[in-house]
Amino acid sequence: MARSYDVRRLPGFGAIAVLTFILLYLPILVLVVFSFNAGPSQSEWDGFSLQWYVAAFGNQQVQDVSIRSLWLATVAAGIATALAVPAALATTRVSRFPGQTMIYALINQPLMVPEIVTGIALLIVVAWVKVNSGYSGMAYLVLAHTAFCIPFAYLPIRARLETLDPTLETAAADLYANPWQAFRYITLPLLVPGIAAGFMLGFVISLDTVVITEFVKSAGQDTLPTYMLGQLRRVITPEMNAIATLFLALSLLFVTAFFLITRKRG
Amino acid sequence: MATPPDSATGPDPDPQKESHGWKWLLSAPALLVLLVAASGPLMIVAVYSFLSPGNVGGVEWDFSTEGWFRVFFSRDIFDPENVSWNWANLNVFWRTISLSLQTTLICAVLGFPTAWFIATRPPERRALWLFLITIPFWTNLLIRTFAIQELLRGNGLINTILMATGIIDEPLQLLFSNFAILLGMAYVFLPLMVLPLYAAMDKLDFRLVEAGYDLYASRVRVLWHVILPLVKPGFVAGSILVFIPSIGAYVTPRVLGGGRTMMLGNLIALQFGQGRNWPLGAALAMLLLIIVMAALVFYLRAVNGEEGKRRG
Repeated sequence: MARSYDVRRLPGFGAIAVLTFILLYLPILVLVVFSFNAGPSQSEWDGFSLQWYVAAFGNQQVQDVSIRSLWLATVAAGIATALAVPAALATTRVSRFPGQTMIYALINQPLMVPEIVTGIALLIVVAWVKVNSGYSGMAYLVLAHTAFCIPFAYLPIRARLETLDPTLETAAADLYANPWQAFRYITLPLLVPGIAAGFMLGFVISLDTVVITEFVKSAGQDTLPTYMLGQLRRVITPEMNAIATLFLALSLLFVTAFFLITRKRG
Repeated sequence: MATPPDSATGPDPDPQKESHGWKWLLSAPALLVLLVAASGPLMIVAVYSFLSPGNVGGVEWDFSTEGWFRVFFSRDIFDPENVSWNWANLNVFWRTISLSLQTTLICAVLGFPTAWFIATRPPERRALWLFLITIPFWTNLLIRTFAIQELLRGNGLINTILMATGIIDEPLQLLFSNFAILLGMAYVFLPLMVLPLYAAMDKLDFRLVEAGYDLYASRVRVLWHVILPLVKPGFVAGSILVFIPSIGAYVTPRVLGGGRTMMLGNLIALQFGQGRNWPLGAALAMLLLIIVMAALVFYLRAVNGEEGKRRG
């Protein structure tokens, strides 16, 4: 009788929820477990071994693409964050101004347009510039990733700015701080968690981006995701599981750090 | 970069004195990058969809509606006047829309109980459950798709278990099918349904649910007439968040569908690769963009309509 008064209970919902969580984690768990397999199979367990990790670390190509991915993510997320801070300052806690909607639309565009459309759009432009300039370096990828990271860097910075107390800056102004000093010594230090969160989000997003990279990259500019995408067509050994597991661990590290940073806000 | 101007110290009380120039100045670097590497290229795609294909990819600068024409129709090779429906493309469109709707439905069916489960945990434990939903959302989509591919392989875990238990004698062909794409998309996009649903349930006034029970409503009636109408905004937001990436999916159908079961994203990519028909690819990309924008407009209208109702 008492149970039927529990208004939060709906029969069967708990079971479905638990099943969902299992379904969500089981494939990833299987992938991780078989990265430690002693044999070459991804379905039959032959005992524990680290040989596939040794193989992955010794693979020159994997080293190259990993370093390129990390470099690209650092540079793109760094530039995106540096651009997002002033943009957030200009569009948060201010009175409405003409063109504000357009700025929002531009900043959020990469979130709305399917990646494949952005990918082929960049392919068209990059192909044209390459032919006419002869340059085929990393700048195209840096620019493409930076643009894609901007909304992800912008959102946490904006969220942090909204929680800041504007009277602090007024107080600084009352104490004869000029606008730069007020920004440098009051706003910026308070903004650091938002900036760090924005950078991390941008970093993870750049690291995950595969479609845009696939269409923008020149020969020999594979990143870890495009390398993996290429390998998935072939016969796969648990070496791929080992690479994926390391990749997952890195993402997990950043996501956890992101959560810890943004949680302090409240 | 320019020094932050006076107004950075807070909204200016005197509107006459306020100038907006500094806001544009501070936004300019970010906007410039987005214009060069996001919005600008998109406009060029629109232009390319009205040009003629070059011989080895690329375009000839002659105006033509042939790219858009070929989206839906095809011409006989020997008799170009003989026009028929382009069934190959229409099949891909149908698969794309059908799989996207099915993905949304599966995510809703699994996501609603999951969000409800999280929303009814003790407050201090909700953050942990939410975190567990968010982790897959932020981990690499390619890796999650790869995990599904591994399970479905001919010599993958599912077939191995089914054969070991004697349920089947020969490995099932699970990969490279509509089923594989559907499973993969539901798997990777599920968190996008749970999060907005949870946000709606978090605000739910449980006294209304209690009132329903007090008035002798059954659980089904309370669910249908009280809970579902109240969390509808979460459903709408979740459905849009799942539907939009599904309709534009490229990686998941490429890895799990293979060359024969393509979706719209793969058809677009094909025109810029082996297909060598950039104007057709550009027209298909515009079509995809139009569908996505239509879904967004539908969503904004639904949200505004709800708000209007509540205010009225």
